[in-house]
Amino acid sequence: MLKINNLHANINGKEILKGINLEIKAGEVHAIMGPNGSGKSTLAAVIAGKEDFEVTEGSVELNGEDLSDFAPEVRAHKGVFLSFQYPIEIPGVTVTNFIKTAINETRKAKGIAELPAKEMLQLIREKADLLEIDRKFLSRSLNEGFSGGEKKRNEIFQMAMLEPQLAILDETDSGLDIDALKVVANGVNKLKSEKNAVLLITHYQRLLDYIIPDFVHVLHNGKIVKSGGKELAYELEEKGYDWLK
Amino acid sequence: MELKEKLVSSFLAFENKGNIDLDSTVHAIRLKAIHNFEKEGFPTKRDEEWKYTSLNPLLKNDYSLFPNAEKSVGFKNVKDYLINEIESYTLIFIDGVFSSFLSETTHENCDVCVLSSALARPKYKMIIDNYFNTIANKNSSLAELNTAFVKEGAFINIPKNTIVPKPIQIINFSTGSEKEVLLQPRNLVVVGENSYVQIIERHQNLSKNTTLTNSVTEIFVHKRAIVDYYKIQNDTNESSLIDSTFISQKQQSVASVNTFSFGGKITRNNLEFYHEGEHITSNLNGISILNEKQHVDNHTLVDHKSPNCESHELYKGIYADKSVGVFNGKVIVRQAAQKTNAFQQNNSILIDDGATINSKPQLEIFADDVKCSHGCTIGQLDESALFYMQSRGIPVKEAKALLLYAFGNDVVEKIKIPQLKTLISKLIAKKLNVQLGFEL
Repeated sequence: MLKINNLHANINGKEILKGINLEIKAGEVHAIMGPNGSGKSTLAAVIAGKEDFEVTEGSVELNGEDLSDFAPEVRAHKGVFLSFQYPIEIPGVTVTNFIKTAINETRKAKGIAELPAKEMLQLIREKADLLEIDRKFLSRSLNEGFSGGEKKRNEIFQMAMLEPQLAILDETDSGLDIDALKVVANGVNKLKSEKNAVLLITHYQRLLDYIIPDFVHVLHNGKIVKSGGKELAYELEEKGYDWLK
Repeated sequence: MELKEKLVSSFLAFENKGNIDLDSTVHAIRLKAIHNFEKEGFPTKRDEEWKYTSLNPLLKNDYSLFPNAEKSVGFKNVKDYLINEIESYTLIFIDGVFSSFLSETTHENCDVCVLSSALARPKYKMIIDNYFNTIANKNSSLAELNTAFVKEGAFINIPKNTIVPKPIQIINFSTGSEKEVLLQPRNLVVVGENSYVQIIERHQNLSKNTTLTNSVTEIFVHKRAIVDYYKIQNDTNESSLIDSTFISQKQQSVASVNTFSFGGKITRNNLEFYHEGEHITSNLNGISILNEKQHVDNHTLVDHKSPNCESHELYKGIYADKSVGVFNGKVIVRQAAQKTNAFQQNNSILIDDGATINSKPQLEIFADDVKCSHGCTIGQLDESALFYMQSRGIPVKEAKALLLYAFGNDVVEKIKIPQLKTLISKLIAKKLNVQLGFEL
């Protein structure tokens, strides 16, 4: 599904990604771990199409299609979803209105008619229940005044609504207490299927107790220095990253 | 002939043309006003209050001062500019002339009618004597000019203890019956003790010809009365507006003026609040969304004279292309006005490199036990917020619009008439050139 070939990316002339190779197949969960500044969030942003980064070499392909010329929204329409480490606050736009707009713009791009209001509402309720989101929460301004846990839960809610092929969860566990982490992880697990894939980006092994990865990769200094199964995460937890440098 | 000379020399003709039934005190006021205007002339950029707005491009035109009688204008021509979804009183003026056919007035529990009849009828003499031109006469040559040629406009007189059951819409249309027209509507609003009224005012050019409107409104808000006033400024690029609104408030009254500026060539809003009692609240809100070469200047004054009063001022602006915004917010807290709370905020977003905002907060505080604050931000759209929305499949154009909507939302939220809120949301969406699948 996702194929990253020798990916190099710069920001302001500084090379952050220095030749990443990664392949993710449908139905798989991959985790990328690594110390601060290793390029984890950059990799997530580059896949999602953030224009601050310049791809100097290599490619990102989704289902065999090179994404490099596509704007972030087009990548989203093709099935890429990025859950943000720091979701943006948008006062004045409710959670419901935001997700409605996102869904209908995606449908428009695919040439499908807008989802009728009633079905939309039903879908919103269903997905909100899945993530144990209070209905009142849906009429609040997007992320404005949300707690860390509410913001992350809201990210996964949006993911549930958009049903992406590839979900990239950037530090979704940061700022979550253990109960919130369980709810979020539970939501992700319920959304997982044979047709989609998840890329987890995290510092800690903690999240991986709840969302169990098929593969773990260690990113260091812009390169994947080690890959393995879920046991690699435990090894990292125990030994830290120094032994890999 | 220059416009000023033309106006001064037309004054006598105007005075002799069917206005002889006017009360003699009004005659005296008008005479004094034309003298003041003749002495002062139009303001220039040398005048500190007009530093960022030049009237020169407007004064070159050869305006018709007394346009021809109204062309045939039917409901279908004007209905798009009215809020039709609600019951309302409407006062519609076509090229400065009242259209009784299109309007709905009342004298039942309150007077919602026209100034010409109030000026002429003995019944209203006392109100005219007590209020007319008592606050509009504060050293503004443009207000003087309006006073000199005062003829028509809205007259709203709400007795005490009256909740006006429906909003009042005042709409001034120009039809382009002549190439260049100068209109000078004059409104007088008196709201009695414990009364409540909602007013919507709009100026609209129905043609491609040039219109300059020099409008003056005086509003008197008595004890514990509440006034919500909305100004919709979405005129054509051939139309300019100088709007001077003067508000005098008595104790415990609440007056709010909300200004929505989306169109017009040059728009200058002079909005002045004068406090005459304690525990008064004044709210000033505005949002300007401009493009092309549009120019909007919001000049506000809140004069705190008495203790324990508050004022809240929030102006937002979104400027694209080569548009220009001006915000000059003056707050005076006089020595007697202890325990004043005065807050002022002006936030702007510049979308294009050619756009300009001149923002000038001015606080003059003579009392020592007060809370006053002012803030001013000028920024651009938040790139990370745009990326966030794009990553959810919202195209960049819609994402920008949504962010701008969100930026202006706290001003839109102040609208207390739901149908008006819908209209403003639609006008904003249209101005931002997007269709959003929801209303705010």
